[in-house]
Amino acid sequence: MTKQKISKTYEEINARIKAGEAVVVTAEEMVGIVREKGAEQAAREVDVVTTGTFAPMCSSGMFFNFGQMVPTIKASRVWVNKVPAYAGLAAVDAYIGATEPCEDDPLNKIYPGEFRYGGGHVIEDLLRGKKVLLEAKAYGTDCYAGRKMKKEVCLDDLSFALLCNPRNGYQNYNCAVNLSDRAVYTYMGMLKPHCRNANYCSAGELSPLLNDPLYKTIGIGTRIFLGGGIGYVTWHGTQHNPAVPRTPGGVPRKAAGTLMVQGDLKQMSPDWLRGVSILGYGNSLAVGLGIPIPILNAEMATFTGVSDKDIYTQIVDYGHDYTNGIVRSYGEVSYAQLKSGSIIVNGKEVQTAPLSSVVKAREIACMLKEWIASGRFLLNHPAETLPDGSE
Amino acid sequence: MFTQIYVLRFPKETSDQPYIYQLVKEYDIEFNILKADILLQREGVMILELKGSSKHNVNAGLEYLKGLGVQVERLAARIHRDDEKCFQCGACTGVCPVGALYIKRPSMEVLFDPQKCTGCSLCVTVCPVRAMAVSLAEEWVVPEELIV
Ligand code: SF4
Ligand code: SF4
Repeated sequence: MTKQKISKTYEEINARIKAGEAVVVTAEEMVGIVREKGAEQAAREVDVVTTGTFAPMCSSGMFFNFGQMVPTIKASRVWVNKVPAYAGLAAVDAYIGATEPCEDDPLNKIYPGEFRYGGGHVIEDLLRGKKVLLEAKAYGTDCYAGRKMKKEVCLDDLSFALLCNPRNGYQNYNCAVNLSDRAVYTYMGMLKPHCRNANYCSAGELSPLLNDPLYKTIGIGTRIFLGGGIGYVTWHGTQHNPAVPRTPGGVPRKAAGTLMVQGDLKQMSPDWLRGVSILGYGNSLAVGLGIPIPILNAEMATFTGVSDKDIYTQIVDYGHDYTNGIVRSYGEVSYAQLKSGSIIVNGKEVQTAPLSSVVKAREIACMLKEWIASGRFLLNHPAETLPDGSE
Repeated sequence: MFTQIYVLRFPKETSDQPYIYQLVKEYDIEFNILKADILLQREGVMILELKGSSKHNVNAGLEYLKGLGVQVERLAARIHRDDEKCFQCGACTGVCPVGALYIKRPSMEVLFDPQKCTGCSLCVTVCPVRAMAVSLAEEWVVPEELIV
C-alpha cells in the first residue's frame, strides 16, 4: 500500500498552532531535515518553516499623522529633526523616507559623505522613545489659517505611525565588485579598485523569498515579523521581477521578487529597525523581516529545504557597469561560496564580505518560530499571491 | 621583530623630504600607511605602522625623523566596538586590513579582536551604525619621550 501524498491546509496548520502542537523549524534547520528524511516525510513532520533577514532596505519609510493645532494648518512642507518628509498628502499627514538625509547634511561634498542622520534614524529615534523636532510650513487657507508649526513629539504623541516599505525583502541580490582603478562607495559598501573585495547582501538559505521562490504561499495579507512586531505583506514590491533565469528548483539566479510590507510602528522595536549611514552613498534603514512558510505539501518542503549551495547570484561590476546601466555578469557564485569568505573572479581569489546579518536573520527566524510554536502567531492565507511572471 | 604604530606630524618644511625612502633604505624599516593627511606646503599628519628587526632600529629611524622636525607620538589608541550597536552584518570585515574584524564560520558571527587591531580606523565610517569608535583622546597618545 502506498502512502497518500501529504497535503495540509492553512486551517489545519492554524488549528495545530492553536493547540500548541505545530512543529515549527527555521529555514536553516529545514535544510538538514529535508536532506535526511526527504521532502515527503519532512512535509509530514513539519508544519511551518520560519525565515528571516536583517539588512539595509532602502525603500522604507513611515506614514504618520502629527495632529492639529490652533489655528489649524495644512502643512505643505514638513521636517522631522531637520529631515524633510513628504507632505503632499492631507493637512497633517506626511511620509518620511528612510533614505532622506538631514537637510544640512554635507552629502558627498566632502567625499565620501558620512550621512550621519537621515529618515531611518528618525524612525529609530522614535522607537527609542526619543523626542523629535517636528516643523511644518504652510501657505495658509481660509479653513487652515496656520502658517507654521514647531513642536517636539515622541512616538506616543503621534496618533498614527505606520511603517510602510514599498520594497523590502529582495529575493536574491547582486554580488558587487569594482573592476575600475579607483575605490567606489556604493550602496553595496566600499569596493576597492581592481576587484580586491566582493560584497553581497542576502540572508541566503534563511531569506524569505528564497524559501518560497515561486510565491506559492507569500502574498497579499501574509502575516509577518516586521521590525520586531507584526506586519503584513500588502503588495508585491517595486521592481518585483519574477521573470529571471532560475535554477531547476525555481530559485532565481539574480535579483527577482520583492515585497511591499507594512505594520503599526508603535508595536515595533529599535532592535529590529535601525537607521544606517552608508559611506559615500546615503542613509537607509536596516529592517528585520521574517516570514513563516506553511508546509502545505512536499513541494513546499523541497522549496524551504534549499541550502546556500543551491542558491546562486551574479557578480556585477559597480566600478563602471552598474552606473552606466550595463547588464553584465562576471560569473555566477553560490551563497555557500560567498559565505566561505572568498570567491574566484576572473581567475583571481577575492575576499568576500556580507552586508546582511546572518546572525540577526537567524535570531528573527528563531523568534518567529517561538511565536508560532507558543500559539501567539497564526498564519494568514494570502488574499492573492504575488505575480509569478506567468501570463 | 618590533612593530608599533606612530602618529607623525610633519611641519610644512619637511613635506617634500624623501623621509619614507630613507626609513626603508637607511634604517631598514618596513612601514604600513594607516592614514595619511598630507598636502604640499602644509603641515601633515600620518599614522604609520613601523616594523623593524628590533626596537633599536625603529628608534633609530624615529630619531632621524625627529631630526627633521617631525613630531613623533606612539599611538596607543585602540578601537572599541559597541556590541549593543553592532548588528553583526560583516561589512567591516571587508575593509579591515589585518583581520581584527573577522567572521566565525559557519555561524557567521562577526568577531572583533582588539589585540590585532592597529587602530587604522577604516572600519569606523564603513560601519553603517557607527559601532566602531576610535578613542583618539589625548591620553591615548603617548609622547615618544615618555616611552621607556
Ligand atoms: S581600526 Fe578597524 S579596520 Fe583598522 S585594524 Fe582596527 S578593526 Fe581593523
Ligand atoms: S560593520 Fe558595524 S555593525 Fe556591521 S559587523 Fe562590523 S561593527 Fe558590526
